[in-house]
Amino acid sequence: MASRQKSPATDAQQPPGEDEVASGNGEGDEIMEEAEEQEDGYTSSTPTSTLTWISWFCSLPGHEYFCEVTEDFIEDDFNLTGLNAMVPFWKEAMEMVLDVEPEDEDTSKIPDVSIVESSAEMLYGLVHQRYILTRAGLQAMADKYESGVFGSCPRVYCVGCNVVPCGRVDIPGSDTVKLFCPNCNDIFVPPSSRFQGVDGAFFGTTFAHLFFQTYRELSPAPFWRAPSAGGSPLSPRSVSGSNGSRASPFNNPNPHGGQKRAAGYVYVPRIYGFKVSERAKSGPRMQWLRLRPETPEELDMVDWRGRWINGDDGYDDDDEEEEEDRQMEDFDPEAAEGEDDDDEEEEEEDEAVGTTPMKGQKSGKQAGSDPLTRTPGPVRSVRTSPTASEGPRSLDDKPLIDLSVYTLPSFGQSFGEGKVRTVRQWAPRTDWAGTAEV
Amino acid sequence: MEEASTGSDSDYSSTWVSWFLSSKGNEYFCEVDEDFILDRFNLTGLNNEVANYPQALDLITDSLDDDIQDELRGSLDVQARLLYGLIHARWIVTARGLTKMLEKYKRADFGRCPRVLCASQPLLPVGLTDIPYEKSVKLYCGRCEDLYSPKSSRHGSIDGAYFGTTFPHLLFLVYPTLIPLKDGELPSNPIKESSTDSRSRRRPREDTEAGVAAEGGAEGISTANVALKAERYRPRIYGFQVNEIAKLQRWQEAIRDRQIARLEALEDKTP
Ligand SMILES: [Zn+2]
Ligand SMILES: [Zn+2]
Repeated sequence: MASRQKSPATDAQQPPGEDEVASGNGEGDEIMEEAEEQEDGYTSSTPTSTLTWISWFCSLPGHEYFCEVTEDFIEDDFNLTGLNAMVPFWKEAMEMVLDVEPEDEDTSKIPDVSIVESSAEMLYGLVHQRYILTRAGLQAMADKYESGVFGSCPRVYCVGCNVVPCGRVDIPGSDTVKLFCPNCNDIFVPPSSRFQGVDGAFFGTTFAHLFFQTYRELSPAPFWRAPSAGGSPLSPRSVSGSNGSRASPFNNPNPHGGQKRAAGYVYVPRIYGFKVSERAKSGPRMQWLRLRPETPEELDMVDWRGRWINGDDGYDDDDEEEEEDRQMEDFDPEAAEGEDDDDEEEEEEDEAVGTTPMKGQKSGKQAGSDPLTRTPGPVRSVRTSPTASEGPRSLDDKPLIDLSVYTLPSFGQSFGEGKVRTVRQWAPRTDWAGTAEV
Repeated sequence: MEEASTGSDSDYSSTWVSWFLSSKGNEYFCEVDEDFILDRFNLTGLNNEVANYPQALDLITDSLDDDIQDELRGSLDVQARLLYGLIHARWIVTARGLTKMLEKYKRADFGRCPRVLCASQPLLPVGLTDIPYEKSVKLYCGRCEDLYSPKSSRHGSIDGAYFGTTFPHLLFLVYPTLIPLKDGELPSNPIKESSTDSRSRRRPREDTEAGVAAEGGAEGISTANVALKAERYRPRIYGFQVNEIAKLQRWQEAIRDRQIARLEALEDKTP
């Protein structure tokens, strides 16, 4: 846990709300760490009598995920049921958290103020775990969520979906805080090392999921249909941005389910433009982990034991693979931009993937050497006219790859559907670059 | 690893390439053999992609005329980086380039998977497209087979085309014994420097790593049902699974089981 050498009474320094500045960008470890250095810098500024212990605690580096528990909540004994057995120096810790002057001056039985401090921290953390399950606590966390305090999912195809803190156990002392992404339903290690000292139990196992049950409009639905390439396949760029503001309503027929349109693309590995077939030993084995059915009805085709209803698996090799291919079509924001009912999603995708380099510029670090925003002009035309398909010399002596592992048919199939994305990704990248010009 | 920069832009280095590699933010790049750069065949077509191509090439091979250096210096450096990046993308899918990147992979130079259940699996850089100036570099995890954004904006602004779409998948195609197992956290030492090695040693029918690297084949390995060992996170509210998510997860696992059945049937047909 972040160390606090000084007692809060004399060391109150930072206005509440600083936490939001500190971790606004979940992706930029760098940015966060800079903020951390700053905060470390002014540990000894003037004491502010108006700053409560709770505000101070929540403003410490690494404590950005905590919300401020109201004193009312802490003062209600009912909310503390069972906690006094887990916290040594309960009374003193309580006084510290609530900024109450000690009743008796006999502090001789307390060996060290730092012990009370760690008790206060434990007390606050355990109360916090309970508080964020209340209506007021959920609302406080929702405010932080929407302002991006918890950061966003590091997974590329979650396109910047915001995450919430969570614990893997409810008992303190066993694991650090993690981040839950409602889009991929997975948990991640916080991007900055300063969260490695924060106990996951202070957020608990329930909060993240109660949160998304409570705020269904923030919860991505379990089904997703790829935007069909309805627009002109020829010039996806020409419509880029023009339809961005046209948001269409999304509805999950399950009233208890997530009401947000999911970000559903799944990564498709390719070698020289060809999908790596599942028949290869190194072929995809984990796409199921991120896959969603296209419709909610498909979810009902599997029973509670995880078996397909309607008899056997009933799969038919080719059909299956094709179907999955369709769902897992590679992700490319531009290609789908003309699509009517997915504009909102596309916008987000653009932001997350397309502008990543911009973040580097914003932080002022990389502006000089950022290659992605410079001279985009003539390059593309060369690359998009793949003609020569001669292999690289360096693969020279023996071929590194066995061509039999590529899924060639799906390539043609996608063409037939006129998917722009596939066209742009298309195969003979074997040419490396435009060897045409030689 | 993010902070393990070996130098700054102002460091004196003997060659342009070593200067480039030691610059902060360039940790993902490996050294391209000079022979490779000097063989014009390998650079086929790049003259159309890089402005001042001859001078840029001279710069990265340290044969730039001193007179020119002053006039073009600023813009030439940008072009030299682009040229090196594009050469790099070709280099790392060669046999020698793969082994260079393999060394970096084993040192986890590209960072580790942020997914908790991937137990700090080292990552590999990958592009979403082979065309420069389109998408920044992403990181591929061989355990969950998914893509992640680099944590640091320094790496997040590198052009993905300098690594290309093919590289990590070719690596695992050529070295199938290096494909990470799908099982989750190890009960002990979850974050250890040697985690890759120790885990691949646990693999059944495992060759020594050297042997693998040399022969590049692993006929005995079956990966048909490896996904069964994958752990996943199961959201719970007061200990109870969340209905809609549980339903989705059952569906996903049914998809998984169907793929396994398909692959095992295939194996039976072709022993
Ligand atoms: Zn996610
Ligand atoms: Zn992973």
